[in-house]
Amino acid sequence: MSASAPASAAGPTASAGPAEAAPAALEVRGLTVVHPPRGGRGPARAVDGVDLRLEQGEILALIGESGCGKSTLARALVGLTRPTSGEVLYRGTPLRYTGSALKAYRRHTQLVLQDPGGALNPRQTVFDAVAEGPRLHGLKEGLEERVRSALSRAGLRPPEDFLARYPHQLSGGQQQRVVIAGALALDPAVVVADEPVASLDASVRGEILQLVLRLRDELGLSALVVSHDLGLAWNIADRVAVMYLGRIVEVGTVEDVLLRPVHPYTRALLSVLPGPDRGRRPTVLTGEAPDPTAVPAGCRFHPRCPAWAALDGPGREAAGCTVRELPVLTADPGAGRQAACHLVDAAADTPAGGAGTAGAPGGAAQAPGAEDGRG
Amino acid sequence: MSDLLDAVALPGREEPAGSSRPGRSPAPFLRYLASKVAAALVSFAVTLVIGFVLFSLMPANPVQSLTRGRPTSAAQMEHLRHQLGLDQPVWHRFLSFVGDTLQGRLGDSWQFQQPVASLIGERLWPTLLLTGTATLLSVVLGLWLGVHSGWRHGSRFDRLTSGISLTLWSVPTFWLAMILLVVLSTGLGPIPSLFPAGGMSDAYSPSGFGHVLDVAHHLVLPCLTMVLVVFAQYVTVMRSSVIDELGNPYLLTARAKGLMDSQVRNRHAAPNALLPSVTVIFLQLGTVVGGAITVETVYSWPGLGFLTYQALQVPDLPLLQGTFIVFSASVILMNLLADVVYRFLDPRVRAQ
Ligand code: SF4
Repeated sequence: MSASAPASAAGPTASAGPAEAAPAALEVRGLTVVHPPRGGRGPARAVDGVDLRLEQGEILALIGESGCGKSTLARALVGLTRPTSGEVLYRGTPLRYTGSALKAYRRHTQLVLQDPGGALNPRQTVFDAVAEGPRLHGLKEGLEERVRSALSRAGLRPPEDFLARYPHQLSGGQQQRVVIAGALALDPAVVVADEPVASLDASVRGEILQLVLRLRDELGLSALVVSHDLGLAWNIADRVAVMYLGRIVEVGTVEDVLLRPVHPYTRALLSVLPGPDRGRRPTVLTGEAPDPTAVPAGCRFHPRCPAWAALDGPGREAAGCTVRELPVLTADPGAGRQAACHLVDAAADTPAGGAGTAGAPGGAAQAPGAEDGRG
Repeated sequence: MSDLLDAVALPGREEPAGSSRPGRSPAPFLRYLASKVAAALVSFAVTLVIGFVLFSLMPANPVQSLTRGRPTSAAQMEHLRHQLGLDQPVWHRFLSFVGDTLQGRLGDSWQFQQPVASLIGERLWPTLLLTGTATLLSVVLGLWLGVHSGWRHGSRFDRLTSGISLTLWSVPTFWLAMILLVVLSTGLGPIPSLFPAGGMSDAYSPSGFGHVLDVAHHLVLPCLTMVLVVFAQYVTVMRSSVIDELGNPYLLTARAKGLMDSQVRNRHAAPNALLPSVTVIFLQLGTVVGGAITVETVYSWPGLGFLTYQALQVPDLPLLQGTFIVFSASVILMNLLADVVYRFLDPRVRAQ
């Protein structure tokens, strides 16, 4: 991958020199996951060349529609899906896919899934569910204490009241706290959360997000939060990466990406958020839903891109969205906000063809509003 | 009802810990048990009625069939009718039948000139030995194969297992029994006679441990036949419930915690997939007592199945009635046990 050059130039290895900060908690380079052909369809390029860095103590939101490959990317990050090409690095060390290396890796990187009811074994008590990880990794000493402390860190207090319960005796929010406690019991450095609040009631969502923030502040945890919900990203993320059809199309700080989006896709996503009138008639993107078995040539967003559609004759020709490939965005956060679009002048941070960016105050009101509006 | 409301309202709030619904309280369980026992008793009552109608009312003239082929005078016939109680009114006969049955008196066998109850008592143990061993082996074999083929469904192992077990399942039992008998007992070509052709022990069976070995030797063929025919059921049930479990996110969670594939299978998927199989196993156990009619007949195994076959040939109505009641009662009892055991295995059902 050509664009991995800047990332390796940044040199996340210890030998890179004193100027270099600590390596990223988690990093992927040139990651590609191709699912084998199924049901008469070709191979699906679920993740199609992604460079991404999760800094230590950072919360990064990965945003995209369902089917854009964000869940596959999350699974690849925790080593559950083996990438077709590219690599995953934990603190600068590439992940190896052997049984013992994976097991060691999983002590440090934990996964939290969307549906807490399903993510817990219905026949395990809370204690057994939380203790399973530590037991497996040989942390048998002080196991009770470890489980208790994980439960109370996850906000289940007093922990004694929960130890003997079964998942079906807990509310959705409590279940998700048990899942999080199960992750915390291993004292992980990184938590990858796949839609952690999507199946929870609105009233509980805020509490769970609050919990993630607190864990970052208190334990220095790094978190990658996968979501389709921009409001969630606004509430907890430091940086946001927007994914479309297997690629990161825009990445930057949460303010840059959500208040001053430049990529037409990000703008389209933001446009469907409820405005002051709370109208829920989104400007739906036209064209077919993205299909990872048939990735369009040129810019992969062009069949649905409103900015491209708005162009006329010569400008359209010049932009060349259907033919010119876009580079993979670099993983280096030092590169500032980046967007993979031919119309975006990276220096000016404005798309040449589009209207001006959304005003900051208006945008600021918009994004948190999204969270409320979803209740 | 309040349980239901509670469950509906639950997800909305973070309730204080321990405020509602303790994991296991005795009262609901006893109520559950009582309702299941009551249902079982009703089934048994229906069985008694059916048994009475089938074997005491429907046969038009049992005395005639009893004395068929022998010169009998009308007075003798009348005497016999009186002896058998056939001259009593129907309701009277039914009541005394129910009363006798509940006290374990099942009448006398016409054929063996013995109380039916003691005949059944004698033949029960060989049947339990045969079907118990066969069930145990086929459960172990079937569940093991089912777990492994479901876990890797579509693999060559899965296709082979499913193919073989379903083929054996669809083969007629008597045919399979005959084949095994010819090949492994009579001996075929180079194959020597490995196992005895029938019975449960040799006429001059040694005593003590030698006797045990002798019975085990006789047990091999009938048991093998039953296992081969039955284990496919467990494969099928276990395989499909493992496949149902595969999509569950908790397996992903377990994997993400660092469990190896086989650990995820053995600690999470298999135990949970076992629940649906438990029901099947218990239903199968109910038929264990009576289910061996074909096998026992082919191998002359002196069990209840063979006894039923012998009774059918006469027909020995009191004996048939007795075995019918025993077979039905065992099915009902095992159903009851299945309900109770299921409740203990599944915390979700347990707390209901
Ligand atoms: S490159 Fe063209 S098609 Fe792609 S997002 Fe930009 S304007 Fe749209």
